[in-house]
Amino acid sequence: MASRRDFIKISSLGFGGMALGLTACDLFKQTGAALKGGASVFSRVPTYCEVCFWKCAAWAYQNKEGTLVKLEGIENDPHCHGRLCPRGTGGLGMYEDSDRLMTPLIRVTENGQQTYRPASWEEAFDLIERKWKETINTYGPESMALFKHGSSGDHFGTLFKALGSPYSTSPSYAQCRGPREVGFYTTFGSYINSPEPTDIRDTRCLVLIGSHIGENMHNGQVQEMADAIDKGADIITVDPRFSTAASKSTHWLPIKPATDLALLLAWIHVIIEEGWYDKEYVERHTVGFEQLKRHVRNMTPEWAYGITTIKPEQIRETARVMANASPAVIVHPGRHVVWYGDDTQRTRAIAILNALLGSWGRRGGFYFPESKSLPSMEHPPYPKPRWSWDMVMGDKYPLAGSSVSNALVDASIPGMVDEQYRIRSWMVSGTNLPETMPDKQQFLKAVEALDFIVVVDTMPMEITGYADVVLPECTYLERYDSLRSSPGREPSVALRAPAAEPKGDSKPASWMAKELGKRMGLDDFFPYEDYSEVLDWQLKQLGTSLEAMKKVGVKNYERENPYLYMPEGVDWPFNTPSGKIELYSSTLKQYGFDPMPNYVEHPQAPEGFYRLIYGRAPAHTFSRTSNNPYLSDLMKENALWVNPKVAKLWGLEKGQKIWLKNQDDVVSSFPIKVRVTERIRWDSVYMVHGFGHQRKELTRAYGRGASDTEMITNVMVDPIMGGTGMRGNFVTFILEDPKEIG
Amino acid sequence: MRYAMAIDTKKCVGCGDCVVACQIENNVPTGYCRDWVTESVVGTYPQLELELRSERCNHCENAPCVRCCPTGASHIVEGGVVLVTPEMCIGCGACIESCPYDARYSHPDGHVDKCTFCIHRVREGKQPACVSVCPTKCMYFGDLDDPNSEITQLLEKRKWKVLAPEAGTKPHVYYLI
Ligand code: SF4
Ligand code: SF4
Ligand code: SF4
Repeated sequence: MASRRDFIKISSLGFGGMALGLTACDLFKQTGAALKGGASVFSRVPTYCEVCFWKCAAWAYQNKEGTLVKLEGIENDPHCHGRLCPRGTGGLGMYEDSDRLMTPLIRVTENGQQTYRPASWEEAFDLIERKWKETINTYGPESMALFKHGSSGDHFGTLFKALGSPYSTSPSYAQCRGPREVGFYTTFGSYINSPEPTDIRDTRCLVLIGSHIGENMHNGQVQEMADAIDKGADIITVDPRFSTAASKSTHWLPIKPATDLALLLAWIHVIIEEGWYDKEYVERHTVGFEQLKRHVRNMTPEWAYGITTIKPEQIRETARVMANASPAVIVHPGRHVVWYGDDTQRTRAIAILNALLGSWGRRGGFYFPESKSLPSMEHPPYPKPRWSWDMVMGDKYPLAGSSVSNALVDASIPGMVDEQYRIRSWMVSGTNLPETMPDKQQFLKAVEALDFIVVVDTMPMEITGYADVVLPECTYLERYDSLRSSPGREPSVALRAPAAEPKGDSKPASWMAKELGKRMGLDDFFPYEDYSEVLDWQLKQLGTSLEAMKKVGVKNYERENPYLYMPEGVDWPFNTPSGKIELYSSTLKQYGFDPMPNYVEHPQAPEGFYRLIYGRAPAHTFSRTSNNPYLSDLMKENALWVNPKVAKLWGLEKGQKIWLKNQDDVVSSFPIKVRVTERIRWDSVYMVHGFGHQRKELTRAYGRGASDTEMITNVMVDPIMGGTGMRGNFVTFILEDPKEIG
Repeated sequence: MRYAMAIDTKKCVGCGDCVVACQIENNVPTGYCRDWVTESVVGTYPQLELELRSERCNHCENAPCVRCCPTGASHIVEGGVVLVTPEMCIGCGACIESCPYDARYSHPDGHVDKCTFCIHRVREGKQPACVSVCPTKCMYFGDLDDPNSEITQLLEKRKWKVLAPEAGTKPHVYYLI
């Protein structure tokens, strides 16, 4: 029988082709000659992809019968240049998935057992209205919190602001990129935002600190990295794992985990001591150089060698490569940077290094992005909440630029906040909180204490299992949504229009928010019957229309600000207290933090344990895509990367199923297959995030692989902005099924 | 005319977009694929090399699958593209056995299937689906008999290899190394 090959064939011989035997050979059947698949395209509708946050603009093609047949990038879209990533191409599976939520669900108790019963929208909204009004009448709208991700969140964001709730949060801040935003803001007075304004296309040297571009398919960046490789740029990758990016690099520094800050400080030391920094730039644009110079005086490559295991000559050589490329060099800020709880300081060191190399605001470094501001329809002013999250959390995380999701979880637990401030009711839209937030115990305590939880999703993700009411959302391919207006080299606006009718009884978030708004007496905040009216109105203000945009999908505008890069010889105004780039941060000093980064030692793995490193695979977006029929076909489960030395020590074989146990004795719910590979250090193990789903309703994803989040119980919170450092967890192996051992 | 593909291993990130795009374009049933990605690791930590290759039918000039096909279902068309006519294929699997690249599979409809170089697209002047979707633009498709084609020029300029040259099949998928 000819079997499907695994997506990735592992072979160390360079070529491992083998003929397969075939037994069944009498299955003769005629096949219809009709055109099928992507070959049968007839009409198209523009959208922008929602499979990750990169939001690539795409054409959704339909066949003669109007069935969706394929998705393709839009040529002039600056996010994708006509090429989607595998998840975007397989985005069709988000629509086709047979496990989708098709009807509202209400939690009921039958024979002493809790279960869900299908309900009408009317019933679901009745219940939500009653519960919300009860909560608001008793505790005020300040006791309601929204957790959101993606474009549906915009509509519920409006609803929550109109209700008078101060809490609207996305885990993408404190569980992902928050620290780099604060690190760069305190240095340059600008956030990084998304997409990152990294000028990779024109760079001569790209430095990646644990950032695995190519495995994280942030489309535009992957494309530009390929361009940079073509042009012969140097790539320096710092990673304990031989990542795909490391394999494409001119320099790979296989660092001991948790020591990156020491390497960064040693680079800063070398660049200052050797005089390799951009003197004119530093003189004109920065403050605190002398203090920095004194600060790093003893942070030599020899000092860093003892910490990082990277040889001093390698540190000097790579510093030289960066300096030679300056200012066309990018020390990449990274994206998922919540590692060890001192992440703001590490990203500060990255920002400082960029400042010394003069790359901020320079070609081949960081450009100044511009976006089109979208007009908004008139509505009454939002009510002013009586208190907000910073009052609830006291003086914790003084520099957090957005509500911190983990702090809101804490504020929902009795005893964690003053009782009058406690959060009583959640709405969760498009984010699978139990798989996103570390420290499940806290999450469970909050869930236990809450009065009411509404979850909006397209799929029966883990979070839906905790809801009192589940609202089925239609996928991005079946709805209008807010216009995409994102910062870039040129302002660009993209439209999402429906390419298919919503399946079952699923509905768009814009409709849900409006209907709920009506019931809460907030009609004025939703001045539309159908969301397309808002889009048409907005697009007309921008000199086009809904009809016209449906034909093109993407419209790029001329920049209004001429400065894509900083003009030479001018004192550029930075939005910091001093108006300059702050090598010495007065803001951090003022709040009692180190004004310049210091290396702090983090615990290493105890005997018999290995540091758990997790990351992304190009086929998947977190836990959201593991059930997608196309993408699960590409990668069904994750594996545990184990160095051959470690495998030998434990007698582990390739493909063997093992269970994980972490430092807090938490055992994984499911086993994971071992992948023996030289690509990981002996003191660490690696797995792709987003597998090991607990819900049987996810028929393709249930029990496949293991969940890294489950193993992350030690969370090191960044005191500066509340980021949840997740890389301080260690696992050991259990070779027999723990349920059988008892 | 000799159609060929060149794939730049320096740029391929092994994302598998070529695999998904092919499945969708060619209606390949779930659980099967016409192209796939191979990863080769050489060396020991930290002296390592990694090569990622998007692989598929090599559309060999000297194609063993065509020679061994008892019904003539496997045949060669314009540009040297190797195709299977499903209606003529009895599913005997001789070609699957003979292919040194493991490029063919038994379709649940009872015939053998494999990469067609997307000849239906090429005839319309388009690039194969995998080539046109690849985010790193690491795949090139064109005519080796045209000295001005991008692929001919790349093969002149860059170092390359083919898979299993010892099999003597004269494959038409090249890997830039
Ligand atoms: S990077 Fe991929 S998944 Fe993300 S928006 Fe673009 S095509 Fe979609
Ligand atoms: S789409 Fe391109 S980069 Fe991705 S695996 Fe295929 S050939 Fe490689
Ligand atoms: S050329 Fe067409 S059939 Fe062949 S692998 Fe590429 S997409 Fe599939």
